[in-house]
Amino acid sequence: MLDVGRIRQDFPILSRQVHGKPLIYLDNAATTQKPNQVIDALTHYYRHFNANIHRGIHQLSEEGTEAYENTRARVARFINAYGTEEIIFTRNTTESINLLAYTLGRQRVERGDEIVLTQMEHHSNLVPWQILAQEKGATLKFIRVDDEGELVREDFDLIGPRTKIVSIVHMSNVLGTINPVTELAQRAHAAGAVMIVDGAQSAPHMPIDVRALDCDFFAFSAHKMLGPTGVGVLWGRRAMLESMPPFMGGGEMISLVGEQTSTWKELPWKFEAGTPNIADVIAFDAALDYLEGMGMGAVREHEIAMAQAAMERLGALDGLVIYGPKDPQRRGAAIAFNYGELHPHDVGTVLDRHGIAVRAGHHCAQPLMRRLGQVATVRASFYIYNTLEEIDALVEGLRETERFFSAEAAGARTK
Amino acid sequence: MSTQDVELDDLYREIILDHYRKPRNKGRLEHAEMSAEGLNPVCGDEIRLELRLGLDGRIAEIAFGGRGCSISQASASMLTEDVKGKTFAEARGRIDQFRAMMTEGSAPPQDDSGDIESLQGVAKFPARVKCAMLSWNVLQQAMSEGAASAPGKDDGNE
Repeated sequence: MLDVGRIRQDFPILSRQVHGKPLIYLDNAATTQKPNQVIDALTHYYRHFNANIHRGIHQLSEEGTEAYENTRARVARFINAYGTEEIIFTRNTTESINLLAYTLGRQRVERGDEIVLTQMEHHSNLVPWQILAQEKGATLKFIRVDDEGELVREDFDLIGPRTKIVSIVHMSNVLGTINPVTELAQRAHAAGAVMIVDGAQSAPHMPIDVRALDCDFFAFSAHKMLGPTGVGVLWGRRAMLESMPPFMGGGEMISLVGEQTSTWKELPWKFEAGTPNIADVIAFDAALDYLEGMGMGAVREHEIAMAQAAMERLGALDGLVIYGPKDPQRRGAAIAFNYGELHPHDVGTVLDRHGIAVRAGHHCAQPLMRRLGQVATVRASFYIYNTLEEIDALVEGLRETERFFSAEAAGARTK
Repeated sequence: MSTQDVELDDLYREIILDHYRKPRNKGRLEHAEMSAEGLNPVCGDEIRLELRLGLDGRIAEIAFGGRGCSISQASASMLTEDVKGKTFAEARGRIDQFRAMMTEGSAPPQDDSGDIESLQGVAKFPARVKCAMLSWNVLQQAMSEGAASAPGKDDGNE
């Protein structure tokens, strides 16, 4: 079990107030808060060894390069990659997937080919493939989502001889559903297709072993797992990364530059053109250190307990509908719901006045919203520093929202 | 009453909640001459406006539809009451005044009955200004598209 009380002391923002109330931060699927260790690592870099990396002969540059590459090695261990050179730093998950669409996608996908996604994809794992499909004359196929928020298994047969790429979210940012990635990867490989996993929501919340997942690429973001904004990761199998053309050209990624042609650096630098986000990558190491200190298994256990309690206590409210799997073992701790006729925006505004931060909207998953028959939902998403008391505060905030908008209360207030 | 309640009441004035619960001119127009739809990209809310002009070129009938939060629904409801009977030029003036009220904190129109004034508090909630503006932007769109397709109906404001 996590020592949540002690963990909370590491997060300075959790002691601030919002509208005169203690902050209750339940928007962790959007981004998580940062512990002192990460904030200190960031300022320490700028105070003590700021320099450009991979090129200086001087001491600062060597220290910076070492710290930057240390993070890469830790990321490789964190997801059990085969090698450190398989870790590419990007800006975020979105850029990681775009990198694949623009390199691997352009290389492999031709007119008439198919790309298989699901109905529950975040726009970041949908729009890049739309752009590619339109450019190439390819077709996107979608594995449907059933009423429980799980993938429709018979649609796995969409993966067929014309499929070149299968790109699937590991854990839904709306439903919380954990998808059977390993099984889908095996189906993809049997069809000769490449398997890409959007791990933006899974990497922060459960142990990740890319070898066991059997996928070819895995993308995630640092800022959703205690790290700074502006750092994304793309893991890929070495042979595939080597066969792909570069994404962006420029400094850092070249070996020999002539007037007409150039040659590329070896992995992973072939995919990291220009000065990278040195400071934030270095601070990301502190975030991974923090997570490893707790153990990702313990993080997952905490979130199963939070998801279970949240679903029980929210579900007790009359007229509240929770979307996604009911079994906490089959889902993450992002809980999307609607409460009677109340609009998510109105719920979000009233909760905010109680210091409670939730997300209200379409969660960058408009096709899934249409599948659910909703324009928007409220989403409360939990992390390592959230407590059962905060779930109770959320429930009480929802009760007050209901009272506020109910017709009975209307007459009691003045114009 | 705590400060927090006062602030919420600033946003959710009773007139707003009344328009939200009992929207005016909500539904479809049978013989709409111009229409437009708009989307709030933050939440996916949609508003549709339909207009029919009288022989004098004034907005004779107007109706709105779509799903949205209390602010966007109430604002659309108020809009329909506000611009009915107005020329396009007058309606454009109302849109400008409403936008200035939302984004610059300007005063509501002088002849306002108090309904539109009730949305003044929304300006203090930046995340919700888009909700209040949605239907007004849709009206502007409907009028410019309608004016383009039926120039004789425009009163030549542009």
